[in-house]
Amino acid sequence: MKVLVPVKRVIDYNVKVRVKADGTGVDLANVKMSMNPFDEIAVEEAIRLKEKGQADEIVAVSIGVKQAQETLRTALAMGADRAILIVAADDIHQDIEPLAVAKLLKAVIDEEQPGLVLAGKQAIDNDMNATGQMLAALLGWAQGTFASGLEIEGENAVVTREVDGGLQTIKVKMPAIVTVDLRLNEPRYASLPNIMKAKKKPLDEKTPADYGIDVTPRLTVVRTAEPRERQAGIKVGSVDELIAKLKDEAGVL
Amino acid sequence: MPSYIPPTEEIQFLLHDVLEASAADIPGYDELDRDFTAAVLDEAGKIAAEVLAPLNATGDAEGCRLENGVVRTPEGYRDAYRQVSEGGWIGLDADPAYGGQGMPYLLNTAVGEMFVSANMAFNMYWGLTHGAMSAIHVHGSEAQKALYLPKMISGEWSGTMNLTEPQCGTDLGLIKTRAEPQGDGTYRITGTKIWISAGEHDLTENIIHLVLAKIPGGPEGTKGISLFIVPKFLPDADGNPGPRNALHCVGLEHKMGIHANATCVMSYEGATGFLVGEEHKGMRAMFTMMNEARLGVGLQGYAQGVVAYQNALAWARDRLQGRAVGAPANPQGPADPIMVHPDVRRNLMHQKSFVEGARAFTFWGAQLIDRSHRGGDAEAEALISLLTPVIKGFLTDKGFETTVLAQQTLGGTGFTRAAGLEQFVRDARITMIYEGTNGIQSLDLVGRKLPQDGGKAMRAFFEIVKGVIRENEDDAEVKAGFLDPLKAASKDLQAATMYFVEQGMKNPANALAGSYDFMHLFGHVCLGLMWARIAKAARAGLNAGTGDAARHAARLATGRYYMARQLPATALHLARITSGADTVMALPDESF
Ligand SMILES: Cc1cc2nc3c(=O)[nH]c(=O)nc-3n(C[C@H](O)[C@H](O)[C@H](O)COP(=O)(O)OP(=O)(O)OC[C@H]3O[C@@H](n4cnc5c(N)ncnc54)[C@H](O)[C@@H]3O)c2cc1C
Repeated sequence: MKVLVPVKRVIDYNVKVRVKADGTGVDLANVKMSMNPFDEIAVEEAIRLKEKGQADEIVAVSIGVKQAQETLRTALAMGADRAILIVAADDIHQDIEPLAVAKLLKAVIDEEQPGLVLAGKQAIDNDMNATGQMLAALLGWAQGTFASGLEIEGENAVVTREVDGGLQTIKVKMPAIVTVDLRLNEPRYASLPNIMKAKKKPLDEKTPADYGIDVTPRLTVVRTAEPRERQAGIKVGSVDELIAKLKDEAGVL
Repeated sequence: MPSYIPPTEEIQFLLHDVLEASAADIPGYDELDRDFTAAVLDEAGKIAAEVLAPLNATGDAEGCRLENGVVRTPEGYRDAYRQVSEGGWIGLDADPAYGGQGMPYLLNTAVGEMFVSANMAFNMYWGLTHGAMSAIHVHGSEAQKALYLPKMISGEWSGTMNLTEPQCGTDLGLIKTRAEPQGDGTYRITGTKIWISAGEHDLTENIIHLVLAKIPGGPEGTKGISLFIVPKFLPDADGNPGPRNALHCVGLEHKMGIHANATCVMSYEGATGFLVGEEHKGMRAMFTMMNEARLGVGLQGYAQGVVAYQNALAWARDRLQGRAVGAPANPQGPADPIMVHPDVRRNLMHQKSFVEGARAFTFWGAQLIDRSHRGGDAEAEALISLLTPVIKGFLTDKGFETTVLAQQTLGGTGFTRAAGLEQFVRDARITMIYEGTNGIQSLDLVGRKLPQDGGKAMRAFFEIVKGVIRENEDDAEVKAGFLDPLKAASKDLQAATMYFVEQGMKNPANALAGSYDFMHLFGHVCLGLMWARIAKAARAGLNAGTGDAARHAARLATGRYYMARQLPATALHLARITSGADTVMALPDESF
């Protein structure tokens, strides 16, 4: 079985995000970028399936700026077999919207015919949580979202989902889309020999035009602003004072 | 608990913009393109910050335990060791013929800095393997290489260096450990070695001791020393660890720092040893890996400074005390962050300008080692031999000083255990002592390295300084901030060199009494040289619009601080040197 893993290049989770002075978005110039952490979990899961003999090839796909090839090299260093980069933007500040990404992924999937797509549940930059679901709809495939457990049983994938009330286990027929959550696994560190091998693994470069897909944005960003700074707390002298303040000042009681 | 942030961007800048690694005409350097080194540094940085750094304070608190002859490393060390060895990091620059990755030593040094900053005591377990591996690789027989190297490179086995004995540290001519030929090509090793780092531990299935010992009847002093492989478990021909050899760890040292690294008393009780290289040529074998080993210790020194500075900076941004002169910086708060105070700033700038210059100096040294080992460049070999005692002595003295300055930034908190700064101070301290004390480094510099080949390497160094000055003189900013101070400092170094040339023959005591100051004078000029090279690269980046402009500007500002406020120390050192030995030696022993 072939597993396809879409990976996104996003601002590193350790970086303190700054809004651009003109409010059009987040400043990404000279900022450390990394693989979306949920996608790392998806890559790790694909590698584990391969190690268990349940997958035989892992293809990583990234859509974005040319620099996303570094993100693909990371996936290759972890253990993906080959990579496809679709260069869909020149400007590092341009985000490709979920629908366009889903359409491009569908086109890749039509060519590649994977048995399973493992995607992150969302990217930590825009927190859309939409691509996997849109992709399933476009393909007409089954989907299992927010996976914290995954077992392959013959033609089916048994997916444990993290839902509001607890854990839900569903069985979906493959080919299927599974979007992964934080607790599915702990991604490995790439070994040095694998980082070196990754340099030589195949990485195909494409454009949206190759697939006849239009990636023009459909959303308009009206404004981006920093969240309000947290105000300093106060110390109260007694429970009575606390209750009084909650009633009179905060108005929550 | 202190934190550690891998300085990958600064490292990348040095590798590619200052040292221009992938363009350097050194075999293997064409592999070092920007994307590749970024991938390697990112992954190594993650391991350093996420796996090694969290074990630094806990390992320090717990220390090692000796139980029935077996040393237990602190909680978590076995797992971390497995991650590092399985990740292939131990063999980064080792020979691919034995399973290494064959990368340049420069990349090993860059990765090593991060591992050492994160957890120096842990890193020593395999840092010593590296030295032992080099010795076997250069001096061992084909059979020895085939038997030991693959397992050491994979990290399944570790290595140690056994030089020191109770009666001898600096003066190895006094070694008493004996090696008696057994008639079958092996030797019986008997004696006591002390302070053997990683001499015994539970991280690997076998430990390969490299032991200096004397074969009875050989020449006196250091000329009669031979080098032996003495494995903890004697391997069979297929490399499976076999019978237990007659050697034991009989004690663990309680010490000021690096608690998580076992410092062992080793007792050799007629253990089976295998000669490495020729009889009585053990010291020569040791010398071939000296440059690398000493550069590695210099790196330890400044790497502790790097992590200490990071934590001092974080504190200085947060701690609110007093108000800035002029307008308050934090008018809403009860006080301003201490970072606003010029004296706190001075302290931080001192730390930052040292560690960044030291990193550049060390990387340049590693590049020279590659030029020599991979490119067979004799001039590079002569130059790195000259610079090695400076890297070791100056960078560890100043690295330790940096940890103390960082501790000072935290005030009383710096003195407490919980803040963790005091551990960096304690851990950095050993770097000034082992691998040849810094006093001995300065003697090596002035007594051996400086006069070698009629002072050829020193002249080559001055040519390099002149070259950097010449190449950049038309940039008025670089000239005023960097080249003019470098010129003045370099003149001091020349004057001191002349003094030694004159006095060396006439009055050796004058040279010996000035050697320590010479090492520091030289170190400052080296860091000044590196800052001039950094300034050149940062200016080029700014002009071309490549890289982060704010970072380039910060590099220039930090460099200017070094040139203005650290480099002038050369005048003080010169004055001390030329005052001669009289005041040093005047007091009769009994009057002390
Ligand atoms: C934690 C730790 C780990 C160590 N790890 C190892 C290891 O793995 N393997 C190993 O073999 N050794 C190891 N050592 C030993 C270390 O290398 C020695 O301590 C060091 O070389 C100094 O020797 P010494 O302690 O005998 O000092 P000494 O030689 O007694 O020197 C004492 C002082 O006198 C000065 N001095 C000595 N001779 C001269 C001279 N001729 N001219 C001027 N000054 C002189 C020295 O600079 C020093 O300040 C370790 C030591 C420690 C503390």
